[in-house]
Amino acid sequence: MLEPVWWILAVLVYFIFPKHLAIASSILIMAMFAMSFDVVLGFAGILTLGNAVFFGVGAYAAAWIAIGGWHEAITGAFAAGVGSALLAGALGPFVLRLTGLPLIMVTLGIGVIFYEAANKTAWLTGGDDGLSNIPLAPLLGWFRWSLSGGTAYLYALCWLGVLFLLSRRIMASPFGVALQGIRENADRMRLIGTPVLRYLVVSYVISAFIAGAAGALWTQTNAFVGLGVFSLDTALDGLVMLALGGIGGLYGGLIGAPVYMLVKHFSQEWNPYYWMFLIGGLLIVVVRVGRGGIMGIFRRLLSRRPVAS
Amino acid sequence: MSVVAFILLYGVSYGLVLCLISVGLVVTMGLMRVINLAHGAFAAIGGYIAIGLMTHVGLPFAAAVVAAVAFVAVLSLASEKVLFVHLYGAPELDQVLMTIGVNFVVVAALTLCFGPDVYPIRLPPWLSGSVDLGFRTFEVYRIVTMAVCLVVIGLLWVAFDRTNLGARLRAAVDNRGMAQATGINVPRLFSLTFATGGGLAALGGAIGAPMLPLEPTYPFKYLVLVLVVVALSGFGNVRAVVGVSIFVGIVDTAGRFFLPDLGAFIIYVLLIVLMIWRRQGLFAARVAT
Repeated sequence: MLEPVWWILAVLVYFIFPKHLAIASSILIMAMFAMSFDVVLGFAGILTLGNAVFFGVGAYAAAWIAIGGWHEAITGAFAAGVGSALLAGALGPFVLRLTGLPLIMVTLGIGVIFYEAANKTAWLTGGDDGLSNIPLAPLLGWFRWSLSGGTAYLYALCWLGVLFLLSRRIMASPFGVALQGIRENADRMRLIGTPVLRYLVVSYVISAFIAGAAGALWTQTNAFVGLGVFSLDTALDGLVMLALGGIGGLYGGLIGAPVYMLVKHFSQEWNPYYWMFLIGGLLIVVVRVGRGGIMGIFRRLLSRRPVAS
Repeated sequence: MSVVAFILLYGVSYGLVLCLISVGLVVTMGLMRVINLAHGAFAAIGGYIAIGLMTHVGLPFAAAVVAAVAFVAVLSLASEKVLFVHLYGAPELDQVLMTIGVNFVVVAALTLCFGPDVYPIRLPPWLSGSVDLGFRTFEVYRIVTMAVCLVVIGLLWVAFDRTNLGARLRAAVDNRGMAQATGINVPRLFSLTFATGGGLAALGGAIGAPMLPLEPTYPFKYLVLVLVVVALSGFGNVRAVVGVSIFVGIVDTAGRFFLPDLGAFIIYVLLIVLMIWRRQGLFAARVAT
């Protein structure tokens, strides 16, 4: 019932805040990244701190595709997402055998390796300077990438909408339900004949595609990509947004991202370090008050039927 | 010969400091199964307080370190009672999120109190020279650090292996329920361990400050390194910590020396391979199950 409200608000932002569409697009992109976390964490129960790898690979892949001569944005972002998904397909079968601390450690380690690799291969990634002046053709051959960021905002919103609907469809399918079963009790799912590792890898690949596409949008809307996309901060940002919004149900990232980004934006104007107090305090409160995050608080206030989680 | 000695000396001194910082976390993770990503914060706070007392109050280095260790031990005891006690038995995700939250708060507080840059350290004159070891010269500071670490680790070993308290702790790590059933007050034991672990991390952070530079993002920056030691040691396997820390210290130093371009990778590649290959830790055979 409340669901359309978010999307209506997102469209209204385009008309109400024409001067702030740059930060609004980055909020949408981070919401998409947080949603990719929700697929693995909220549904499959995979606690990874390495999703920034897929965001970063998608971001750089989009830059390379554009610089290499393919200036069409939509296919570029799609290809970047596929690149991330392939990487996840290669890593998944090894990484997803682990759980708990070893899983966290290995995903952290992979994140560090990719960051360092991007740092060392300056001929490919631009090193500390990053890659700028990324050329893009007008969207659909018609809409120019304006300085105000209007085209970029609507472009990101469309991507988010399509991937959200697809993810929700997948998570409502028997496959999605099986993932939730694995989250609750992997051994039991194995006993009733579910190919647990294969399902986990597939969810990892889906999540990586979303993260990679989000990374590609990040590059395309900023016309720039830097090492930051691979940093631990990026992974933590996504996780914190999701936790603030509420894990499971795919809306967590969509609600958490604007809250997190706006708190960060405004408190950074006040003092560049106060936002960490705020975010740290918010995280502690979210864990202490309960796992539902902002969505959970809403749900309790409205005491509606629980959203799929 | 000289190169090997150089790597061994630097690696071992680095590894011993890592050991002090990590040992508390290994025990608390083994005892309470809490994934505490905020452990590095204790080391950072210890380092900042020790160096701050030395620079601004003029305390001698040793006294400043002792004061910092005492302060952080009390602080970690208090934080255990207020924050971490809620994480026992909580889902891993909650543990990760809350301890990341604690890290954020500590980073912000350190920036506010000490500024965003690397905190400069001026070692007292008796620590800042070098001595000739016969085959090469070596910094006095690193020798003293190694000596302190070895003494503290020796004391820990005696406490852990030879005292009644240590026996109770080992019992609780191996089988918490059984230990509790025999009348061991596990929660109190845990508070004590947590405070000791925090104090040891502070000691590592303080005397290791010249090796692991103090900056506000310290709790995140060295988080991965500390967790590498914990993960490779296996949950609660205290005997393995010294070996694993020295191993990590030497591999990291050797990697950075021989392959400066790839040095930063080696320890992480090793971590990933070892975690996937032997997820119980390097010395898995010794883990009591």
